[in-house]
Amino acid sequence: MKKYSHLTISLIAVATGLIFAFLLTLLTGKNPYDLLTALVRSMTGFNLQNIGSFNITYVLNWFLNAVPIILTGLSVAFAYRTGLFNIGGEGQIIAGSTAAAAVAILFDLPPVIHPIVCILAAALAGALWGLLPGFLKAYRNINEVVICIMMNYSGMYFCSWFTKRFLPIDPNTNERTISILKSAELPQVFTSTTSQFNWGFLVAIIGLFVFWFIIEKTTFGYSLRATGFNKEAARFAGMKVERNITLSMMIAGAFSGIAGAVLILGIYKYGRIFTTFDNYGFDGISVALVGGAQSIGVFLAGLLFGLFKAASGNLQLFNIPKEISELIQAIIIYLVAIQYAITLLLNKINMKKNKNQLENKVEGGNTSCN
Amino acid sequence: MDYAIEMLNITKDFPGIRANDNVTIRVKNNTVHALLGENGAGKSTIMSILFGLYQPTSGTIKVKGKEVVIDDPNVANELGIGMVHQHFKLIDCFTVTENIILGMEPKGKLGTIDIKKAAKRVEELSKTYGLNVDPNAKISDISVGMQQRVEILKMLYRNAEILIFDEPTAVLTPQEIHELMKIMRNLIKEGKTILLITHKLKEIKEAADECTVLRKGKCIGTINVADTSEEEMARMMVGRDVNFSVEKGEAHLKENILEIKNLCVKDVKGLPAVKDFSLTVRAGEIVGLAGIDGNGQTELVYALTGLCKAESGEIILKNQNITKMPIKKRLKSGMSHVPEDRHKHGLVLDFTLKENFIIHCYDSSPFSKNFVLQPKAIDDYADKLIEQFDVRSGQGKNTLTRSMSGGNQQKAIIAREIDRSSDLLLVVQPTRGLDVGAIEYIHKRIVQERDAGKAVLLVSFELDEIMNLSDRIAVIHNGELSGLVYRKDIDENDLGLMMTGSMKKVEAL
Repeated sequence: MKKYSHLTISLIAVATGLIFAFLLTLLTGKNPYDLLTALVRSMTGFNLQNIGSFNITYVLNWFLNAVPIILTGLSVAFAYRTGLFNIGGEGQIIAGSTAAAAVAILFDLPPVIHPIVCILAAALAGALWGLLPGFLKAYRNINEVVICIMMNYSGMYFCSWFTKRFLPIDPNTNERTISILKSAELPQVFTSTTSQFNWGFLVAIIGLFVFWFIIEKTTFGYSLRATGFNKEAARFAGMKVERNITLSMMIAGAFSGIAGAVLILGIYKYGRIFTTFDNYGFDGISVALVGGAQSIGVFLAGLLFGLFKAASGNLQLFNIPKEISELIQAIIIYLVAIQYAITLLLNKINMKKNKNQLENKVEGGNTSCN
Repeated sequence: MDYAIEMLNITKDFPGIRANDNVTIRVKNNTVHALLGENGAGKSTIMSILFGLYQPTSGTIKVKGKEVVIDDPNVANELGIGMVHQHFKLIDCFTVTENIILGMEPKGKLGTIDIKKAAKRVEELSKTYGLNVDPNAKISDISVGMQQRVEILKMLYRNAEILIFDEPTAVLTPQEIHELMKIMRNLIKEGKTILLITHKLKEIKEAADECTVLRKGKCIGTINVADTSEEEMARMMVGRDVNFSVEKGEAHLKENILEIKNLCVKDVKGLPAVKDFSLTVRAGEIVGLAGIDGNGQTELVYALTGLCKAESGEIILKNQNITKMPIKKRLKSGMSHVPEDRHKHGLVLDFTLKENFIIHCYDSSPFSKNFVLQPKAIDDYADKLIEQFDVRSGQGKNTLTRSMSGGNQQKAIIAREIDRSSDLLLVVQPTRGLDVGAIEYIHKRIVQERDAGKAVLLVSFELDEIMNLSDRIAVIHNGELSGLVYRKDIDENDLGLMMTGSMKKVEAL
């Protein structure tokens, strides 16, 4: 059986998702051209229905939406490479957000240094939130999924208590802290636009590089991959499997924590009191899955899902229900999840093609004999 | 003479590869027909075609003279073809009868299962064919050989006329193998036909009437077993002369390398698996540890390598007590290990070949510098091992290990472990599932290591391997040392007795 690359499968999934979306808009009596317009506008800034208009804000908003989910995508992918499923992104983001907000409000540091310290604090908090599931999985073989989900809720409640108890609350709303210090903010990259696109994207790029370097280039990454593929063989070769698992979950948590910091420092600019999840952590699962848990794949998948996030506003503008964008995402995820079935299908198609060719050839041979 | 099965001019193409090329097998009624071939020769493909798992690209199948299309295993069952799998498909906590009727339970009153009726039929069948199976025994309480008979009974219960045995002796003791051969003869006498898949020539010689040899997907020929020597069959199978007896000179003994003193180990359930076990292995000798699977060998090896801890006793490696050392330190202080389960322990199958070569030393020079892997050093090392040990694979050092053949996977492990040049080489089941060519090579390398002054502890369930390679033979039964003898003083029969615990002889200290 021929194997297909993850990229091929993903592209097929994306194409199928889009085709379905167009069919569905048609079925619901909307104009598919409007859908196309909305998607093209989110990607390029051009409006197909008003040639000549161009607004860079759309493109920047696309990238803005991609940044946090690239980071949570890296988080899930990192754990996955060591054979772990990090569904604790939500709790780790909240821990990271809270830590970043605390450092950004309580400490007065010079610009540039300040956001870096905030991000490091967030990474540490996220890692702390990954420690328990990783540790229990490694040393007590307790399913990390269950612990992660519990950590999501305890993270939410603990952090909202922490924020109310230790951070200055904005007296006007009572629902958030006062604004963070100016020095801690991640400034806008292009101040001339209305997009909040900020230097957080650089953090995501660095994250992608660090991920790739650790996993592919270092001895530590080698032992993590060995552990992920075959825990027994890794143990057999004398690797410290338990330590690897714990560390891997902590590093995964750090990526999610940084995602939280980037959101706080670049977009919200105040500390949040969480009462629900933002779903960035869960989005990270889709990104890691579609991206094949590879650095470059996470980057592309992050951009893809970022696009759909950014596009949902545009869709409404063009009178298309925003659920369409969620639908496309769902179809893509399903198709990538059943990639084995797609491989089987492609093989069948190929086999038929070969058979037809073979038969044609045989017939051709016969006629020449005659 | 009538044919039970005729597979005529079968060709099977997979994308990019021709697994069977114009293969013809004709199995006469009431005979044992062997199918011989190396791994990857196309034995399992042709059997899968017969069993309805694959469709042949071309060719015809006839059962009892009638042309048939087998497009589903159920069709094969209806045609009276039954398969005794290498890995038994039995439920441990069910009785023999319950296992046999699974899937076709006889209905009694009110839709209940009439287990008594079934048990009676099982007993009758068992008597007719001399299987001697207790229909009411639990699977978990009976021996492996008995379990295999249950598999046979399962086929007989389903009125199979043609039985396919897939490598049936891999898990049996010599005595059990003899019993199985007798059972096969009984089956033939009662009118059944047997197709025996194997790469063990001795068994073919003992049990089969005719033998079809496959090599690289092609049919090399069908021979009359009685008129053909083992050497000839081996040549047909491999395509060149094969040397059976391992050539080795006298052992030159030197100092003690491994000393196991009064070792006790518990198994995963917490029951004692190795009991007060003592053994010494010296530099320059091969000590073979014989025994039936499940008598404490696994636990002994785990305790030696550090995968599980010893309850009491001492393990001394080169005058250093390693009983409580972590795995990595043991490996560093002079132990190489070819594990029993190469897929579970020996290799990371999703790694490339070169990545698997450095699994012990990835974090030390020259493969690592400041915690960063050094691709050049890794590539060079892989090239060196591949060349030295003749490891063959599709894309050289960058081949995904999973896609390599079993023989070459094993060669890769042997290469890695031997190249570490440790003083103790612990080899467990080094040739399981491999073909004659690969076995010959691996045996040669093991003897070479001995001659280079290494201490070799060989754990194997294959008596031939133990007999061929060892200088001294230790036997383990029920976790205890039941025999320790010089190879030259012992024959297979006595070893078999020691393996079953009916004889004890510890003299070659």
